[in-house]
Amino acid sequence: MNQAIKFPDALTMPLADMDVSDPRLLEQDAWRPFFARLRAEDPVHYQANSPFGPFWSITCFEDIVAVESDTATFSSEPAIVIDDLPEDLPVEMFIAMDPPKHDVQRRAAQPVVAPQNLAAMEQLIRSRVVDILDGLPVGETFDWVEHVSINLTTQMLATLFDFPFEERTKLTYWSDLASGTPEITGGEVSEEERHEGLMECLQTFTRIWHERKGREPSFDLISLLQRDPNTRDMVERPMEYLGNLMLLIVGGNDTTRNSATGGVLALNQNPAEYDKLRANPGLIPGMVSEIIRWQTPLAHMRRTATCDTEFKGKKIRKGDKVVLWYLSANRDESVIENPDQFIIDRKNPRHHIAFGFGVHRCMGNRLAEMQLRILWEEIMQRFRMVEVMGEPERVVSNFVRGYKSLPVRLHAL
Amino acid sequence: MPAITLIEYSGASHTIEADTGKSLMQNALDNMVPGIDADCGGACACGTCHCFVEEQWLPASGEVDAMEEAMLGMRPDRTGQSRLSCQIQVSEDLDGMVVRLPEYQM
Repeated sequence: MNQAIKFPDALTMPLADMDVSDPRLLEQDAWRPFFARLRAEDPVHYQANSPFGPFWSITCFEDIVAVESDTATFSSEPAIVIDDLPEDLPVEMFIAMDPPKHDVQRRAAQPVVAPQNLAAMEQLIRSRVVDILDGLPVGETFDWVEHVSINLTTQMLATLFDFPFEERTKLTYWSDLASGTPEITGGEVSEEERHEGLMECLQTFTRIWHERKGREPSFDLISLLQRDPNTRDMVERPMEYLGNLMLLIVGGNDTTRNSATGGVLALNQNPAEYDKLRANPGLIPGMVSEIIRWQTPLAHMRRTATCDTEFKGKKIRKGDKVVLWYLSANRDESVIENPDQFIIDRKNPRHHIAFGFGVHRCMGNRLAEMQLRILWEEIMQRFRMVEVMGEPERVVSNFVRGYKSLPVRLHAL
Repeated sequence: MPAITLIEYSGASHTIEADTGKSLMQNALDNMVPGIDADCGGACACGTCHCFVEEQWLPASGEVDAMEEAMLGMRPDRTGQSRLSCQIQVSEDLDGMVVRLPEYQM
């Protein structure tokens, strides 16, 4: 269990001491009043001291859209999390590149998650969801995170990469390593373990690359990279190859995994919404967007100022870190009505910031929505309720807003 | 009020009496035309109001600026007729314009 920590009173503490990069704020689910105060009193907040050095926090919706739209002033290089990445593995990934290099690499990977490709995958994804759900015990308490969320997203990743199915848990392991050290995001993975694991990831995928070369063209991510003229020799640039692998693995893993858990929690905390869903499963597509907003599985993205600039009356200096708190912006009452409430039939549910905006907007957004939609369609075919039986255990991180475990019990229809 | 025709990917056609001074995206939403998501609400920051403007209407629909170009560049189905409908300001000059909607928004 998580140890309860006493935080200072968010409403009265000096703003200068309000360090929202503390990973325990998410672990303890104590972040709401801190971000609410920043939005109200200091929406462009300078934090002079933190374990990650000084940084700016942008906490309102429209301000984040403005920063993300100005890639010339607010660069994604060298890193998009609050700290710079360890120098032992100087990986290159397009999420942490600016145009025009970003555009070239993203364009090569994007077709794999374009909706016409997804339609072809829907049946396979559904059959895997059905297998997972049909294997669950009814009337017994078990961990939803391990048996459903992780299992489901790991199978999805294996499908997207056409990765050896029996070795698929490695993908989840590498994903956890990639984003989990204390230096990067306040997580719990040691740097040595990270280095070793990611080198194994690179070796494995280098082997797969060579094996796949010359095979019949298919729609997995590796084949797509091999086919695009801009990326066809990426394997010869190992840090770029590894960077892209990490990006696609992390991007398709933590996010969907934690939204798959968050939805169960949200419905249990809001029984009237669960009733609405039972009465009308047609609400599932809109509910999926609301789950993604409510969960906001990635709490922030970071930019770095390329020049001295003034933003909302604050003087941001060249080289300053600018952290965009999606978690806060998705609770911005000036843009989203009753933002702290989970409402499965919101009028405009897609107007949330969990996927980000601008050229770095989540490439896999439609895949994520499809996976969650199928999951809930199949859950509602089988179970009257997925009942939460105890407190969730949350991840220690200022980047991934997620769950280590959630005990649940299934009730048959 | 200029009449603008939007044709869904399925072929279903909607001719709307558009309000001048608003974007084409907003007019489409106001008239419940399916096929435009507009996730960002018109900030030219998501690319989910993508449409194809019929060739002869392209000049009247206005210039593509750098921001719109950046967002259009991420669309796998981009063509020379691609525009973001939130960046097309409706005016009387667009009376009779025909716009096709893509298979999907992303």
